[in-house]
Amino acid sequence: MTQPLLSLNALTKAYPGVVANDDVSLSIAAGEVHALLGENGAGKSTLVKMIYGLVRPDSGQMHMNGAPFTPSEPRAARAAGVGMVFQHFSLFDALSVAENIALGMENAPKLSELSARISAVSEAYGLPLSPDRIVGDLSAGERQRVEIIRCLLQEPKLLIMDEPTSVLTPQEVEILFKTLRKLSAEGTAILYISHKLEEIRTLCDSATILRLGKVVGHCMPRETTAREMAELMVGKLLQTPTRAAQPAGDVLLSLTGLRAKAPNTFGMALKDISLELRAGEILGIGGVAGNGQDELLAALSGERPAGRGMVVLKGEDIGPLGPTARRARGLLTAPEERMGHAAAPDMSLTENAMLTGALRQGLDKGGFLNWPAARQFAEDVIKQFDVRTPGPHAAARSLSGGNLQKFVIGREVMQRPEVFVVNQPTWGVDASAAAAIRQALLDLAQNGAALIVISQDLDELMEISDRFAALNEGRLSDPRPAQGITVEEIGLMMGGAHGMEVAHV
Amino acid sequence: MIALEKRPEPSRTFSLAAPLLAVLATMLFGGLLFALLGKDPLEAIRTIFWEPLFGEFAFFYRPQLLIKGAPLVLIAIGLSLGFKAGIWNIGAEGQYIMGALFGAGVGLAFYPMESVFIFPLMVLAGAFGGWIWAMIPAVLKVKFGTNEILVSLMLVYVAEQFLASMSLGLMKNPEGFGFPGSRNLQQYASAHNAELITGSGMHWGVVAAFIAVIFGYVLLARHRLGFAIRVTGDAPRAAAFSGVNPARLVLFCLGMSGLLAGLAGVFEVSGPAGQVTIDFNVGYGFTAIIVAFLGRLNPVGILLAGGLMALTYIGGDIAQSKLGLPAAAIQVFQGMLLFFLLAFDLFTNYRLRLGRTEVA
Repeated sequence: MTQPLLSLNALTKAYPGVVANDDVSLSIAAGEVHALLGENGAGKSTLVKMIYGLVRPDSGQMHMNGAPFTPSEPRAARAAGVGMVFQHFSLFDALSVAENIALGMENAPKLSELSARISAVSEAYGLPLSPDRIVGDLSAGERQRVEIIRCLLQEPKLLIMDEPTSVLTPQEVEILFKTLRKLSAEGTAILYISHKLEEIRTLCDSATILRLGKVVGHCMPRETTAREMAELMVGKLLQTPTRAAQPAGDVLLSLTGLRAKAPNTFGMALKDISLELRAGEILGIGGVAGNGQDELLAALSGERPAGRGMVVLKGEDIGPLGPTARRARGLLTAPEERMGHAAAPDMSLTENAMLTGALRQGLDKGGFLNWPAARQFAEDVIKQFDVRTPGPHAAARSLSGGNLQKFVIGREVMQRPEVFVVNQPTWGVDASAAAAIRQALLDLAQNGAALIVISQDLDELMEISDRFAALNEGRLSDPRPAQGITVEEIGLMMGGAHGMEVAHV
Repeated sequence: MIALEKRPEPSRTFSLAAPLLAVLATMLFGGLLFALLGKDPLEAIRTIFWEPLFGEFAFFYRPQLLIKGAPLVLIAIGLSLGFKAGIWNIGAEGQYIMGALFGAGVGLAFYPMESVFIFPLMVLAGAFGGWIWAMIPAVLKVKFGTNEILVSLMLVYVAEQFLASMSLGLMKNPEGFGFPGSRNLQQYASAHNAELITGSGMHWGVVAAFIAVIFGYVLLARHRLGFAIRVTGDAPRAAAFSGVNPARLVLFCLGMSGLLAGLAGVFEVSGPAGQVTIDFNVGYGFTAIIVAFLGRLNPVGILLAGGLMALTYIGGDIAQSKLGLPAAAIQVFQGMLLFFLLAFDLFTNYRLRLGRTEVA
């Protein structure tokens, strides 16, 4: 093997109270697609931030093409040929694609010239994108293309991609992979961060696995099973969620022609959604983000009450009822956004336990709140769901995303819902916690509850659902048995590739 | 480089220390201001903070503290409920006036009949007057989405016109030799909100203020409604998710603050003020906004803040007459208090970091 493009040697970075990276070494050759694997908090972000010049290592060296590489800021890293596509896009909705790209450039050329270059790059890499479109009108997949093209214009030698597929349909993922493979064939190295193991197995040449800031293994993803990689990541044997098959029970929840206007200009209207949900079953609802998931949850939670007859719970029309009345009848929900929606960030976990638990846990006696009991309830949730926190007095915002998610899901599950609707139950949660959450959902169904799980993680949906449906533009496809459904079929249910074409390799 | 960094959790220490630091900073910079005006700063500060409590004429000033502080606390407790939930009633001054007019109107209507029922009736009428005046912005907000800040504020000026009209017309004392202003309720036993213990300054309004503090405390700490208020203030979406009805909360918060402001008005007009006059209102409704924030929107804090504010009022008056400080300087001094409080308040949720910061 020739000299690597980038090599990291014994990088260490400590923050107060935690060593984010401890003696991390790895090397990437030109044209290599290198996966960086690890749970949340394993130190992936810190590592790539050091490469991208956002964070300075405490000790250790980086070399680029054999020469010392110490970027003091992202500009220096970009000048050295490092490009990065972040998980969260930094784009201005009100500006056009070309204007957005010009903003990030050192010496931006004239817009017309830049537009021509954008068109050329997008053509070459199969990422169709009109430079004149306003970013606010673009889908998530298209926004990602803007970010990728922004990087490609600088002709990077190393492209860092942070969880790029979380917003894409399977077809879009396929197209992205074609683009990445083309880049790799041209000699661009790619550092690919993800926790989706199957993706890594299809795309990457080599992988480095981090756990708690340390490198715990290198492997060839194509020759390693997903399970082995997962176990390296988590450091223990993974439990696959299980449950016994059971006959479907009575219809608990039925939606009939559920319609709702879009809450605002960026929202999605719900169009004529109908379904029946039986006791003991899990209905998985997939779809690309922004196709009506939040709106469906709001219509079910009662935050945006629906019309008469549209939502029927155990034979009772609950369409016009609000959240409290629905909770009283056994319909519980957990929205996607943990901070500020499912939980109040500045309030303690005890108070957040009270937030939805007051009624069903008997914490509210004639309007007066029983705080000691709420504290006990919070402690039970913390214990049962292994929430890592100093205690129920901690503010919700002091918890990591995954821990807060465990708390939010646990809070609802422990109230023994009859029908439970959850949006993105394991978003940003590490693999072992995700497995625990999925097991809790399966146990609920096992005990006779009916569940709707809305998720963008198809592997998750396939793992736990009895039936599968997809949301696309506010419409719900007909639910189909999840057994035996193929990824292509799911992709088509989700609305296909949204006009992407395959790279002209 | 100095950077602000969000704390993982709000600092308890700082949330308690901020008011104290604000008072200290106000003393420091206020003293500087007084020095620039050519007055002895130490003497001025001492006059404002010490003289009313422990000076030679403290026996006279101490009751004044209760008389000035009670309406401030009463109004501020009501305001704090809304402020906590992000509902901004800026028109307490108007609700205070309407409470006084409704209450005094009932009292004057019974003149000269004597009955123990008259004063309680006046109190009820005063509460109703303040409540109904606050319901105007509340209902407009709920029905039409108007901004309660503007509506409640503008209604202050409407209320002032009512006040002028009443003191010159309907409620004018027929035996008053043509002077504007109503009969003096202090001379009408059944309607007089007299001192409960002579010379103490303790009247029914002071009692009401203490009750309001307890009521506010229990509501916020123990009751579902108070919890709904706090959640709405912290995370409106989480509140909606938990089942809080925002419209009902607006009606409750505005109604409650109007009711308490109306009570303050009726206790004032039937007690310390005595009569409805054109210049009956002296800005308690606006100062109570400062008191509410100075007290961290916490009932006990408001009690202390109301006392502190009353102190600077009385001390300021003494400083004006004794040292010849201009009234504007006293107002700047009081304004500084709020300014510094808000500034120090930032550190409850943020901390300062010196040196180069990294994007972590």
